[in-house]
Amino acid sequence: MPLVFAGACSHAPGITGRRKLAPKELSKPFYDAYGEMRDALHEARPDAVIVLAAEHFANFFMNNMPAFAIGMGESYSGPIEDPAWLGIPLRTARGDVALSRRIIIEAQQTVDVAYCEEWQFDHGIMVPLHFLDPDNELTIIPANINCQGPPLTPLHRAWAFGEALRRAADSVPERIALIATGGISHWPATPDSGKINEAWDREFLRNFLKQDKQAMLAYSDEATLRDAGQGGFEIRVFLAAAAAARGKGTLRHYAPIPIFAVGCTVAELEVA
Amino acid sequence: MSLYTVQKLLYTLNRDDAAKAEFKAVPSTFANRFNLSDEERAAILERDIGKLYVLGVNGQILMHFAALCGIEWADYLQLMRDGVIKYGPVREGVYAMTTQTNEKVAGV
Repeated sequence: MPLVFAGACSHAPGITGRRKLAPKELSKPFYDAYGEMRDALHEARPDAVIVLAAEHFANFFMNNMPAFAIGMGESYSGPIEDPAWLGIPLRTARGDVALSRRIIIEAQQTVDVAYCEEWQFDHGIMVPLHFLDPDNELTIIPANINCQGPPLTPLHRAWAFGEALRRAADSVPERIALIATGGISHWPATPDSGKINEAWDREFLRNFLKQDKQAMLAYSDEATLRDAGQGGFEIRVFLAAAAAARGKGTLRHYAPIPIFAVGCTVAELEVA
Repeated sequence: MSLYTVQKLLYTLNRDDAAKAEFKAVPSTFANRFNLSDEERAAILERDIGKLYVLGVNGQILMHFAALCGIEWADYLQLMRDGVIKYGPVREGVYAMTTQTNEKVAGV
């Protein structure tokens, strides 16, 4: 049946790992917005949630780097990071091999995806799950776009991947939700950590929320690196979410939190 | 003998508990499994975060190695800045520094 929910959110490891270092007046509204999205997601009663991430060398490396990947495992464990460092305990999330397989088969009609019977979650998926599925109840299908190891897939291909995920979600009888997770402008894990181009973020979010495909596809990686840092390459997951949802978005939260190293974002998209 | 190989070593360490144990027990034995230049090998064995950053190691790989070495976040950022002061600008990759060595964007 048609996709039942689409959202996008930040996943920086500092959000949980450095939560004590953030001013409460900044972090609380963000955590609250994450809580609102958790409630909305559960109210949609998804049979499975596709978590579309931009992972960071937990599973994929430059010896064999897929542009797109979808999990096809019975279960998935994480975080791969030290749980104390990330501030998130270990968990094993439930997968669904048969459902993944059907989704992958349909997605492959238009986009070549790597399928993965093994997949370990890093902060890119664990941070969203920590907030959106605190009791580890949901069935998860991880998906990934390479946003870390150039050459990166072009933005129009990320868009095509989103369209393929939507078609695949609609093709199965189960109720499928999509959560895309990535940063907008950020310079993570470098001495620049904490730098955030708020104006760039807000312009990108305007384009994203109003479904301005032309504007979203017009970003070049060269300009993104210059204005939004290497973390800005993760806009690919936002593009895919927009392509999947087709509808306009509502911003639940956006505010730069430098110690979290990202403009903290929670948004939902109308499924149209 | 390349940034790729250094990152491969760190990627292996970050995700494999057996590799972590081997590295902790006899670091040089673990490092010998990878074809490293003298400079790369020394940076790994000395846990020289600043040098590894300057060599171009992707921050998403390097920050986990720093955590494995028990280095706190603020110290991790400072070690990279110190590396740039000591060894010069980042030589490869997309994680070059764009702030000043005396700048602390997030206060740490």
